[in-house]
Amino acid sequence: MRKISYSQAIAEAQMQEMQRDEKVILMGLVQKDPYGSAFGQTKGVSSIVGTERILDMPISEQGYVGAALGAAITGMRPVVELQFQDFITIAMDQIVQQAANMRYMFGGQIKVPLVLRAPTGGYLSAAAQHSHMLESWFAHIPGLMVVLPSNAYDAKGLLIAAIREDNFILYFEHKKLYDKKMDVPEEPYTIPVGKAAVKLEGKDITVVAWSFMVTKVLDACLILEKQGISCEVIDLRTVSPIDEETILSSVAKTSRILIVQEGYRHSSIATDISALIAEKGFDYLKASIALITAKDVPVPFAPVMENFVLPQTQDIVEMVKRILNKA
Amino acid sequence: MDSTIARHIFEKMYAIRVFEEKVETLFAKGELPGFVHLYIGQEACAVGVCANLETKDYITSTHRGHGHCIAKGCNLDRMMAELFAKKTGYNHGKGGSMHLASTEIGILGANGITAGGLPIAVGAGLTSNMLKLGSVAVAFVGDGATNQGTFHESVNLAAAFKLPVIFAVENNQFGVGTRFTEVSNGIDIVKRAAGYGIPGVIIDGMDVVAVYEAAKEAIGYAKAGNGPTIIEMKTWRYRMHFQGEPATYRSKDEETEWLKKDPLKIAKTKLKMMGLLDDLIIKEIEASVQNELEDAVEFARNSPDPMPEDALTDLFA
Repeated sequence: MRKISYSQAIAEAQMQEMQRDEKVILMGLVQKDPYGSAFGQTKGVSSIVGTERILDMPISEQGYVGAALGAAITGMRPVVELQFQDFITIAMDQIVQQAANMRYMFGGQIKVPLVLRAPTGGYLSAAAQHSHMLESWFAHIPGLMVVLPSNAYDAKGLLIAAIREDNFILYFEHKKLYDKKMDVPEEPYTIPVGKAAVKLEGKDITVVAWSFMVTKVLDACLILEKQGISCEVIDLRTVSPIDEETILSSVAKTSRILIVQEGYRHSSIATDISALIAEKGFDYLKASIALITAKDVPVPFAPVMENFVLPQTQDIVEMVKRILNKA
Repeated sequence: MDSTIARHIFEKMYAIRVFEEKVETLFAKGELPGFVHLYIGQEACAVGVCANLETKDYITSTHRGHGHCIAKGCNLDRMMAELFAKKTGYNHGKGGSMHLASTEIGILGANGITAGGLPIAVGAGLTSNMLKLGSVAVAFVGDGATNQGTFHESVNLAAAFKLPVIFAVENNQFGVGTRFTEVSNGIDIVKRAAGYGIPGVIIDGMDVVAVYEAAKEAIGYAKAGNGPTIIEMKTWRYRMHFQGEPATYRSKDEETEWLKKDPLKIAKTKLKMMGLLDDLIIKEIEASVQNELEDAVEFARNSPDPMPEDALTDLFA
């Protein structure tokens, strides 16, 4: 099988869906070739499917996200891109008050077949306004589904599934993953929204992560394996709705859980999963629920400070050993 | 304009007026939950514009949306049922006054967020162009919305992509209790059109014939592929921002002046002068609308409440 990168997988998913369904349109900054989006996520698409359905937008996030919503409820299936997830704050009204509420508020009169894609995450010295992980904000809102693929294979399958969904999906891509290559089938395929993946089977502890943290967790588990510790790794893939069953059945097996989240701790997916375990998995536990998250400061520019603030592989190794009393 | 359109215009204007007066009474009696923002005084704006629209055309509306919904073709019974929070309402009791919608006739929602509907109308215009539907999208907004960022963003997008969108600005001169001219360095919003390189027209929003003619031209221009127009309609709301708001910020003299320009009276006089309506037809229309309204209230009162558990449906498709 050929290897392609995460950003190529995203471009391919969009291209194939545009070829399959002429209602699919792309809207965002610099979408057309030769630019093909800031990280190449639409590279090659306009050269193959033409420019008619690929709309380069002004830097006008509230306006064009809202326009994508208006197009979605009147017959199109837009994929709208923000250049960085951080800029989503500008479009919040259209996302939270309009798009998320609309079907419900209208009593089910409409469908909202809309995908909003945005690059997310830190570890790039991009500082506080280009490093956010805001998935927890959106998981808080009824009417939104939130997807964060951790690798190229999932990126393609989840994006195709998202485009075919009749609901509004936020699809957050991690900037550290764009150039990571892996085997990805050429033909279109889907990965269901709302289903987690067990990336590694193990017996001593369940480690839950998503997006770029899956890479860090798998690196840590490789180190731990050499020290005789067997981790079960769950990649959530979708943080809203959360695949509770996969998490609970893993904790039933391992009796321990660590949640690794790149974003801030308070009112977050990580604290939500903790509540889930406390509520429905308490009897399984042999150790306290453990969390690793970003420290509660804006993401700093200097690499030494950024690395201190964001979760690192070594933090995961140490935390797992502490939970297992092997530190 | 012909006599069919004149009849239609008068019927819709009258329906809005008496519907709103009925809502005012019912709300005061405590029969309707929530908030209401009444459209009385601005009837010529909604009706003058919507009389030019077909079912396939779209509108987005505002918190003061009852008039737009009636003008675009909502039935009074399902509207009233929604205000009564009944299962038979347009939104099955999930939306209420500020979120009335009927997407099958192109009403993409009243909107509780000032200027929230503007980008949505732009998107509907985009669909029309992409699928070659020949539809136009009218974004109704008040003067207050024109100071939101989305107003600029939406007009710019529609202008840049030559989308069939009409920005129908009802300048009723007050954003809640603040006069527009106190928070904006200029009197005419329409002057901004020049900055976007699009046409802008300013008209008497109390005169339905003037509104109808201006909207006709703008809609024709948009449907021909030339892009958007800003229509500024100078008007005045006869009630306060919301029902129950104290009347502290407008003078009696000002009110007296604007009451002289009652859009319903102007419509009657003008349409009669044009030979398109007579007193007999007017009486006929009024009687039939009154009947419809009484039936609507009965329908709403007698409709079932939603089940509490209905709250858990309609979130996702």
